[in-house]
Amino acid sequence: MEHIRLPKVDNVRLLDRISPRRNRVGTLYLTATHTIFVENEAGVRNETWVLHSLVCSLEKQAATASGSSLLIHCKNFQVLNFVIPRERECHDVHLSLQRLSQPERPDELYCFSYKPNIDAEERRPEWDFLDLRADYRRMGLPNSLWKLSSVNQHYKLSDTYPADLFVPESATPLVIVGSSKFRSRGRFPTLSYYSKENHAAICRSSQPLSGFSARCLEDEQMLEAILRSNPHSDFMYVVDTRPKLNAIANRAAGKGYENEDNYSNIKFQFIGIENIHVMRNSQQKMMEVCELRSPSMSDFLEGLESSGWLKHIKAVLDAGIFIAVAEEGVSVLVHCSDGWDRTAQVCSVACVLLDPHYRTLRGFMVLIEKDWISFGHKFSHRCNHLQGDPKEVSPVIDQFLECVWQLMEQFPCAFEFNARFLITIHSHIYSCQYGNFIGNNQRERTELGLREKTHSLWSYLWMNRADYINPLYRPDHSQTQGLLRPSTAPYCFKFWRALYNRFDRGMHPRQSVEDYLSAIQEETQQLKEQLASHKQKIAQLEQAQEWSVPQKAVPFDKSPTGWTFCNDLANTPQDYTGGFFTSSPCQPRAPITLQTEESNKTSKSILSNGSDQESGIADVSCRSPLSEDSTRDPDSDEATYSAS
Amino acid sequence: MEFAELIKTPRVDGVVLHRPFMPTVEGTLCLTGHHLILSSRQDNTEELWLLHSNIDSIEKRFVGSLGTIIVKCKDLRVIQLDIPGMEECLNIANSIEALSTLDILSLMYPFFYRPMFEVIEDGWKSFLPLDAFKDLETMTDEWRLSEVNKDFSVCPSYPPLVAVPKDIDDDTLRKVASFRHGGRFPVLSYYHKKNGMVMMRSGQPLTGTNGRRCKEDEKLINATLRPGKRGYIIDTRTINVAQQAKARGGGIESEANYPQWRRIHKAVERSNVLQESLIKLVEACNDQSHSMDRWLSKLEASNWQTHVKEILTTACLAAQCIDREGASVLVHGTEGADSTLQVTSLAQIILDPACRTIRGFQSLVEREWLQAGHPFQQRCAQSAYSNSKPRQEAPVFLLFLDCVWQILRQFPCSFEFSESFLVLVFEHSYASQFGTFLGNSTAERAKLSLPEKTVSLWSWVNRPQELERLTNPLYEANSLVIWPSVAPQSLLLWEGVFLRWNRSSKCLDEAYEEMVHIIEYNKELQNKVNSLRRQLAQLETEDPLLQT
Repeated sequence: MEHIRLPKVDNVRLLDRISPRRNRVGTLYLTATHTIFVENEAGVRNETWVLHSLVCSLEKQAATASGSSLLIHCKNFQVLNFVIPRERECHDVHLSLQRLSQPERPDELYCFSYKPNIDAEERRPEWDFLDLRADYRRMGLPNSLWKLSSVNQHYKLSDTYPADLFVPESATPLVIVGSSKFRSRGRFPTLSYYSKENHAAICRSSQPLSGFSARCLEDEQMLEAILRSNPHSDFMYVVDTRPKLNAIANRAAGKGYENEDNYSNIKFQFIGIENIHVMRNSQQKMMEVCELRSPSMSDFLEGLESSGWLKHIKAVLDAGIFIAVAEEGVSVLVHCSDGWDRTAQVCSVACVLLDPHYRTLRGFMVLIEKDWISFGHKFSHRCNHLQGDPKEVSPVIDQFLECVWQLMEQFPCAFEFNARFLITIHSHIYSCQYGNFIGNNQRERTELGLREKTHSLWSYLWMNRADYINPLYRPDHSQTQGLLRPSTAPYCFKFWRALYNRFDRGMHPRQSVEDYLSAIQEETQQLKEQLASHKQKIAQLEQAQEWSVPQKAVPFDKSPTGWTFCNDLANTPQDYTGGFFTSSPCQPRAPITLQTEESNKTSKSILSNGSDQESGIADVSCRSPLSEDSTRDPDSDEATYSAS
Repeated sequence: MEFAELIKTPRVDGVVLHRPFMPTVEGTLCLTGHHLILSSRQDNTEELWLLHSNIDSIEKRFVGSLGTIIVKCKDLRVIQLDIPGMEECLNIANSIEALSTLDILSLMYPFFYRPMFEVIEDGWKSFLPLDAFKDLETMTDEWRLSEVNKDFSVCPSYPPLVAVPKDIDDDTLRKVASFRHGGRFPVLSYYHKKNGMVMMRSGQPLTGTNGRRCKEDEKLINATLRPGKRGYIIDTRTINVAQQAKARGGGIESEANYPQWRRIHKAVERSNVLQESLIKLVEACNDQSHSMDRWLSKLEASNWQTHVKEILTTACLAAQCIDREGASVLVHGTEGADSTLQVTSLAQIILDPACRTIRGFQSLVEREWLQAGHPFQQRCAQSAYSNSKPRQEAPVFLLFLDCVWQILRQFPCSFEFSESFLVLVFEHSYASQFGTFLGNSTAERAKLSLPEKTVSLWSWVNRPQELERLTNPLYEANSLVIWPSVAPQSLLLWEGVFLRWNRSSKCLDEAYEEMVHIIEYNKELQNKVNSLRRQLAQLETEDPLLQT
């Protein structure tokens, strides 16, 4: 609270990026956790909530006659442009937000103050919802080939690795310790994924400290042990996900890559994924293109090309495919430099391609928990949760989520979850609302006591899973089975509008096929129940002709689920004029800005209504607001069309 | 002329056919007057029947005595035929070339085609101007149907009947026609029931360099304005292009002579530029390189998406003037038969829910393209693979269909037809067994007696089994104006046409089937529940205990 220099400013204007006609005037409030803009318009209480932890950058522009402009870029790609009447006020808001959005100590993070209405006893099961050991058990581990090693208990060997690690049965502690000393940050080769059908494994590590000629017998034995853990294969791949030039440059610093001559039966392969700095700049460039005021088609396509973003996405997916295909029989060791960025991307993409389980809601959460959280992807640094080195920031996890989205575009029936699920995860990786993505590794998280003091995103997502289900998914569908073989022709990679222009509502389709199908499926469920109850009643009536307590047929009634659903739809994607940034705290979707306590209640109650549903065919008309949409706009996108 | 003269080798055995995403077929190749046929003569393999008129260009290659002909089609498909024997291959290649470039209309396949289906409704009679006018009369009495062009003498590219303001007589129309490019005097294109505003279209005014004036023209278009109201003239050309047209006798409506009209210039490209754009786009899509940069820069350089955006934006603007500004609109470019029609027809898709039904869309294509005199014969003579220098070819109509697809993508529940209908119309506009898209105008069609001698595409489409295939399962009538987004992020490449033969659509097709299944299962349950409910109600009334 001490950081808020000015809690309230009146007569602030929120500028619309596309059309000046949609600028709004209101009051700006600064709270400990959110910036809130309340529109002053008689009748409507339109609020925009922005979490401080989502603020990525603040730009104060030179004052003009109409006031001083403050431009806020958020990590979820929301952009807000406020004009504050007095320079002094703008200055105060700027300084306050600067401090509020850049916590210095972990305990200032939002997750430690965020208290949804959940009993304290519920918190433990919340964190126990996902269990990595269960996933390894699902893979069939431990078995005669792979064992759970206690070598990293108390993070003694590698402070960035998890405590529980799987290593080849034949790897002795001596070999592991030796190998770990020969690898950056002690990150020795360890198991990420194992296929019980063909015994092939995906292992991961950091780069070897090979320099120009150094060797390490234990490291060589470690790889030998991995190779031998796959009885069906007489060689294994070592994949260095860096461009060759980068890897060679690392040799001068005493690091580098494996020499094929020193390791028996390895095939060494470079896959050129660029480093975190290139990725950061690339995304920045792409976002500049996304934020252009009214770009021509050429501006957009040229900008997209020169950002290189899709090229990088393709590189990550290409690498994932290489490993997934190899994995059909041959074990792979993947590393980059430290083994927590590109390695995490490539291993997790390969897992998604390989194993249908990781394409389910729960499986996908486990995958992020495994390859990203437990293996020490540095969320705090990469997402800039705390005031830190801007050079450490990089959208590495964004790229993984996008690869999955690209796959969803090619395989619409293969994933149990929808794109909204990915976008929600993306938001919460940055929001700091849940404890899952705080800290850089397991050791830090344990020290911070996150399990005791914060909530877990996974159980929140699970509780609200109805929102995230892909209606086209069927566990028995052919696309759901086995290895996905995506095309990587350049034209298969698309710009992910729903994420990067997420808050530009006017750009998105006005009717959502997915929501429509979900509504139908919900109705189908109700119909099934009705069918059963009707059948029962008829049987009763027919059987017990002597006497029965007749029940009146339930009249058509509109399911509360259907209605809330429709209202929500009618308000959100269909609202043509309504500000791009509008989100009132009682809308159940768009969780981030809405995670106030009340809103949580709302979404919960909607869910329970749905499951209590017993009677009543939702009138078909409950779906028509889908098309009602664009009518609701009092005025249209004039500026967009007439801009010439 | 006999086709036999052009067919040097009618039949070759042992030909191998390669098609995208299909197993290769070995069989006998036959050339007939209108078709290239490849049949394995086995029951289970599909035969290839390719219309010669669908062939855009061919390439031949020889390796030893094995010849290969690459056939590039107007629907953008590329197939390969391996033909044993150099002479046979050359003969076949020459014959295909001759047959596919035959431009004698009366020898076209539609004149020989006999339908194998029962014609329920003759498509040639489904969308007559008279019927359209009857609908108009139910809404307004301010317009009349003029027969001034009944012998096509006033405007050769107009139909015999056109709707014009009631108070304008035929003599005035004749004078106006002499002042407008191609005699294309302003006629009614669309009447907006909601507020009585109208959209008209015409050719450019022939003001020339010395600013020629035509009082009758002013009178005609002013007759469509409400007292005290202004209208908008949307000129699809940039102001520069429009000014330059004066030197060739064309021009623009000056503010001085048309004080009640505000002129807006847009930049919708003209035919040769569009043709080049299509060629570049298809080349980009067929590029085998795996470089992302190369793909994006080629896509950008093709400018196709730019044209889509520009056309859609102009159509939205026209629709906006009518619906939001409550103003009448006159649209024209140069001739008023290309970009003008793109704009007027798309504006109707946006404004008028009827145009988003299958029948309504057919009617729109009839009114705003066929009867409005879009020269299909010229524009669709060649497609993206043509080697010859483009003359008057241009994918004007394909761009319109692309724009419709963009709107469909943004409002997937508001159209009665699915994407496959648009693809079908695209295919038939370039090569067809039906006579619908033959000829350049109603006059030409009448001269060729197309309605008598050929079958209409609509006769085939408007049968239950076809309609079922083309119907959008998500459709729920939406009576509203639908405003699409024209941001570059919102406009996508139409994969269903441009990548159709490059990438497998298996997974997407499966998703579509899944969607249909979800909807059909729901309907099935609904029917079951309803019938049970009736049964229940009956049982309850029969139940003596309930008779109180």
